[in-house]
Amino acid sequence: MDKLITSFVYIGEGKVFVNKRLIFYQEKIVTFAEFIKALYKQEQVSYPKFYKMDSLSKLGFMTSELLLRNEIQGRYQADSLAIVLANSSSSLDTDINYQESIRDRSAYFPSPSVFVYTLANIVIGEICIRHGFKGENTFLISEKFNSGQLLDFVSEILDNRRAEACICGWVEILGNQFKAMMALVENDNTILPLNPDFRPLPFSLTAITDLMNVN
Amino acid sequence: MMRNIYAVSDNIISSLGFTSRENAAAMLAGETGIRIHHDEQRYIHPLPLSLVNTGELNSRFQAVLDITKNDKPADYFTRLEKMLILSVHDALNGISLKINDPQLILILSTTKGNIDLLEEKFKGRFDHKRVYLWAVAYVLKEFFGFINTPMIISNACVSGVLALITASRMLRYGKYTNAIITGGDIISEFVISGFQSFQALSPSACKPFDQNRNGLSLGEGCGTVILSSNQPDSGYNTVKIMGGSVTNDANHISGPSRTGKELSMAINKALLESGTEPAKVDFISAHGTATVFNDEMESKAIALSKLGDTPVNSFKGYWGHTLGAAGLMESVALMTSMKRNILFRTAGLDVTGIMEKINVIKETTSSPVDSCVKTASGFGGCNTALVFQKT
Repeated sequence: MDKLITSFVYIGEGKVFVNKRLIFYQEKIVTFAEFIKALYKQEQVSYPKFYKMDSLSKLGFMTSELLLRNEIQGRYQADSLAIVLANSSSSLDTDINYQESIRDRSAYFPSPSVFVYTLANIVIGEICIRHGFKGENTFLISEKFNSGQLLDFVSEILDNRRAEACICGWVEILGNQFKAMMALVENDNTILPLNPDFRPLPFSLTAITDLMNVN
Repeated sequence: MMRNIYAVSDNIISSLGFTSRENAAAMLAGETGIRIHHDEQRYIHPLPLSLVNTGELNSRFQAVLDITKNDKPADYFTRLEKMLILSVHDALNGISLKINDPQLILILSTTKGNIDLLEEKFKGRFDHKRVYLWAVAYVLKEFFGFINTPMIISNACVSGVLALITASRMLRYGKYTNAIITGGDIISEFVISGFQSFQALSPSACKPFDQNRNGLSLGEGCGTVILSSNQPDSGYNTVKIMGGSVTNDANHISGPSRTGKELSMAINKALLESGTEPAKVDFISAHGTATVFNDEMESKAIALSKLGDTPVNSFKGYWGHTLGAAGLMESVALMTSMKRNILFRTAGLDVTGIMEKINVIKETTSSPVDSCVKTASGFGGCNTALVFQKT
């Protein structure tokens, strides 16, 4: 069965694209915290848990919010939507903060609310909680974006009908260096005409490689 | 016709030994590896932990360096890398596998990799990049000479089972013919303080499914499984991977589901894919961390999947919770059960105390073990189930 990319989001270099359309631009990025807060405000997202998340989860959460604007959850059973994400530095951004909190015995403050984010897949958990998704979920690590591994992984899931749709992509942050890309890939038979302004792309190596270089 | 996936070799490195055989012998002798340790540099109070013997690790590693004529000195490698290399090296021993084969993939499962390198005492001793999880996989790739870029799975405590599921799927999908799946995590100040902050650590060795269970015991170790879509020569007593599934609770990032419904869903899907009826399952190796909520949730899931009468154990009492290695080490122990027709007792369990009536194994016994389920659940709400069958 054909698999199609029916929508995607790219965040990088201060820009945010939804289906190739630039929706947000911060010419001078000062910090990630300021960038993501400004994006959250502009998009009028209302989700108090957002403020408790670490940077990786905030980045992944906002990317998924923009990707899922069209309320896809009604179209799929809770367990037939998969999430496969990847990055290079896992949760190192929060790991470093956490290690700092235990570095000195005289200022030893390990916090469970920080520690829980020292796992890369927590961002997937956050997205699942937001939308009630209960399907396949995996976090992969690779030095650089590995389009081949992602294509194989997601194709296997969709071809074998382990899910009817899959959110897949890249969510990377370390300090103030960040980049995210998420694509919604759907088995062709389930497609509804959602985005009149975006023609679905075949799910291929070329297509996902291009999505990482939208800017 | 669906392609068969065979487990052709394996290894466990834990406090109980450096091979699958050494671990099985210790477990059969009734030994467990969780002891009170105290390393004041890393944790303030004495703690029950399962640690790999450092002297033995270093001498066995040096022996492998000598045999393989590797040009790097032993201190080039981190503690975790030494364990992983030893584990993969042992698993490769005695089987014929072409290492530089484009049909071979290495899959690494780890939650924290070389996280100890963030500690002050390691500052400057290793290239700073080694704290990246992919760098660990690259050390293995270079050491053994694999061709393909390794795949790395870091999905909390389900990583090991998920790595096995992924490998079996990639093989069945025809992407590769052979896969080496290895998983490891080490004890660090980072991990200990984190679980302590959650008040998740038991003051004594963990007691899975016990009425007095009071938290988990941390351990370190490695597990390796080699899978192949080629049938091994010795057809007798070979274990096949039949099917697996992954679900998410969509409930809480650090607490398990209250109902066990999502783990049950994973078990049901894995059994369905495998064509295995619940009544045919001989043994379940559960996650069984010995936290109050995990074991409760698992008992509900197992009962929901109509496996309430099936013998269940947790291997955590033998070598603690080894995080990214756990699913692999426990799957190897499960395959030992299958090959030897032995059900291992749940070490640490005295009196079962869970809400749902399930059949937790208290004494090690002989029994036919042909079809098995391995489960794991973890932070981020993830659940996995994997079905094994003996040919």
